[in-house]
Amino acid sequence: MASTPQTQSSAGEEAAAVTENADLLRFATAGSVDDGKSTLIGRLLLDSKSIFEDQLEAVESTSQSKGYDYTDLALLTDGLRSEREQGITIDVAYRYFATPNRKFIIADTPGHIQYTRNMVTGASTADLGLVLVDARQGLTEQSRRHAVLLSLLRVPHLVLAINKMDLVDWSEEVYEKIHREFTQFATKLNIPDLEVIPISALQGDNVVNRSENTPWYSGPTLMHHLEHVHVASDRDLVDTRFPVQYVIRPKSDQYHDFRGYAGQVAGGVLKKGDEVVVLPSGMTSTISKVELFDTEIAEAFPPMSVTIHLEDDVDVSRGDMIARPKNAPKPSQDIDAMICWMTNEPLKPRQKLAIKHTTRTGRAMVKDIQYRLDVNSLHRDQEAGELGLNEIGRVQLRTTVPLLCDPYSKNRTTGSFILIDEATGVTVGAGMINSGS
Amino acid sequence: MTNTHVDYQLSQLDQLEAESIHIFREVAAEFEKPVLMFSGGKDSIVMLRLAEKAFFPAKLPFPLLQVDTGLDFDEVLSTRDSWVERLGARMVIATIDEAIKAGHVVDDGKTSRNRMQIGTLLGAIEENGFTAAFGGGRRDEEKARAKERVYSHRDDFGQWDPKNQRPELWSLYNGRIHAGEHMRIFPLSNWTELDIWSYIHREQIEIPSIYFAHEREVIERDGMLLSVGPEIQPKGGEKVETRMVRFRTVGDRTQTGCVESEATDTASIIEEIAVARVTERGATRGDDRFSEAAMEDRKKEGYF
Repeated sequence: MASTPQTQSSAGEEAAAVTENADLLRFATAGSVDDGKSTLIGRLLLDSKSIFEDQLEAVESTSQSKGYDYTDLALLTDGLRSEREQGITIDVAYRYFATPNRKFIIADTPGHIQYTRNMVTGASTADLGLVLVDARQGLTEQSRRHAVLLSLLRVPHLVLAINKMDLVDWSEEVYEKIHREFTQFATKLNIPDLEVIPISALQGDNVVNRSENTPWYSGPTLMHHLEHVHVASDRDLVDTRFPVQYVIRPKSDQYHDFRGYAGQVAGGVLKKGDEVVVLPSGMTSTISKVELFDTEIAEAFPPMSVTIHLEDDVDVSRGDMIARPKNAPKPSQDIDAMICWMTNEPLKPRQKLAIKHTTRTGRAMVKDIQYRLDVNSLHRDQEAGELGLNEIGRVQLRTTVPLLCDPYSKNRTTGSFILIDEATGVTVGAGMINSGS
Repeated sequence: MTNTHVDYQLSQLDQLEAESIHIFREVAAEFEKPVLMFSGGKDSIVMLRLAEKAFFPAKLPFPLLQVDTGLDFDEVLSTRDSWVERLGARMVIATIDEAIKAGHVVDDGKTSRNRMQIGTLLGAIEENGFTAAFGGGRRDEEKARAKERVYSHRDDFGQWDPKNQRPELWSLYNGRIHAGEHMRIFPLSNWTELDIWSYIHREQIEIPSIYFAHEREVIERDGMLLSVGPEIQPKGGEKVETRMVRFRTVGDRTQTGCVESEATDTASIIEEIAVARVTERGATRGDDRFSEAAMEDRKKEGYF
């Protein structure tokens, strides 16, 4: 008694096809309270028609009751009550909007110095980072810090949006100066793709619609860039990495001998007939079947969640990794990584923590804190000795279980880990692996 | 077998599906006693479909938990039964009436059944010792939800502390809890209403018939259309009318309004949503309308 009668609406069919076939861009926004970040996001939502009548009415009436001259679009995104009271954004919030070609997931992160951990969280899954600066202020310590964090998290695309251009009379000189300064600073970072866009979030110039106030600017509008930036080639389709998440054994009469290794592809392409190695055991076998739900598929690639079958009855369990015999990560217990520390109690040498890397969990001990990175000056303080809240540094760890890892610069999935306080259970650190040995 | 992907592109809907399946498997692997909170609504049915895909051909490695308000629509219950039978799933039903008897909730005559679900739910989680509970919440639904993690930690009292959430990075979920605590898991966090409907359309998923336009006796109250039934009777000058309506959410029938609609199939619903000017909660959920921060308050208390 299926109660989904099919079709009468061709417009609906079309809308469904668009939603089904659109691709996805995840981006993180960074900027301080006064840069107009919430206003910009409100503007993107409004101009892409992702805001509903009742939401808009609610912020219009709030704006009026506060005596503002214009509708404060920032109210659309400032969610929690304490934030509305303080007028600031205190936690990562996720927003959604779509255009006919793309769906967008925004990780909206606060810009204050004490919230580096939120910025790192938002950037960890982002394809693109959007840094806002106030045209009147130019580059601040904070905007530099945001760029450093995005670079450290290997967010492949960066947009520098120079906001409030209306308040500097749409001056090309101001735009050029900030552009130049930033490009100079960025040479020290890892930013493969940069776009600098002059905008006014409040008035909408160059956000969705091209501005008549910037005839000297020939680049894309922000929305055009977000819609067209090429992200497909950011994935690694060469180095096969399949962290085994779950072993499916139905133990039913119908599927008596079924043994499938379920997981999400972290790198490369897996297909029937591929010779593979299972780590850390080093046993080899051949893929006999790749399945998605009840259907055999020809190939699996990132970020598909699939089930792999092997020809041989080798011992495989959660935490193992399937790779290729001639292209596999080396199991490592000595890990060299950049760590962002996220809790009040500082990270110190000899400290012991739980570590989660792909589907593997173990314990880790801090052997050495090599240096603390000053994210404003990029200076490396080798005398630091510890890492405080929201500080980032290079750390050597020894783990109880070997990690099947790659450098973070090669693979953001197999190159990342989190550290967990064993007493409180709280996530206290985020790690990006330089190398393992 | 499907064809080779020449471009190795995964559409956004397939990416959402892959992400949700990953979350289901992660929870099944790391938690001792998970449960799926099943409301009978479209979101929890999409969750069921994703869970089915995640563990196929094995049965779901966790039961379903439903809070029976005693005020559920019959169509919702029959769809539930059909799903449970097809999947061979285990079902745990917690009723508000039993929770009142057990003292988990107090019926003071003023509190809505929806609000009493909180105590009933927390009571059932505690009694059964569930350590993780899947919920169908989506971040696009409401401002407070936009900040909620996929793994949302609940303390001994089942409460959510929005200022003290664990950072959640990459797809590395932290499922550590202490005895007595549990984790809410939201596999649909990144789905929008349109994504849900497009998925129902693509997969031809069975959902309760009241989501589709049908004739129903309704009255208009506080700007909402309510279905006439044992609990809802016209008062004052209210007029009973037969209109073509559908429900956009399927909660407690005394609190859930319907909207006028001609959409009798998924494609027509998608067409409606694509041009909708009012959010689904704003339109039809009486319990969200009391204050702007209503959802935030209920979440702190342990609401879904």
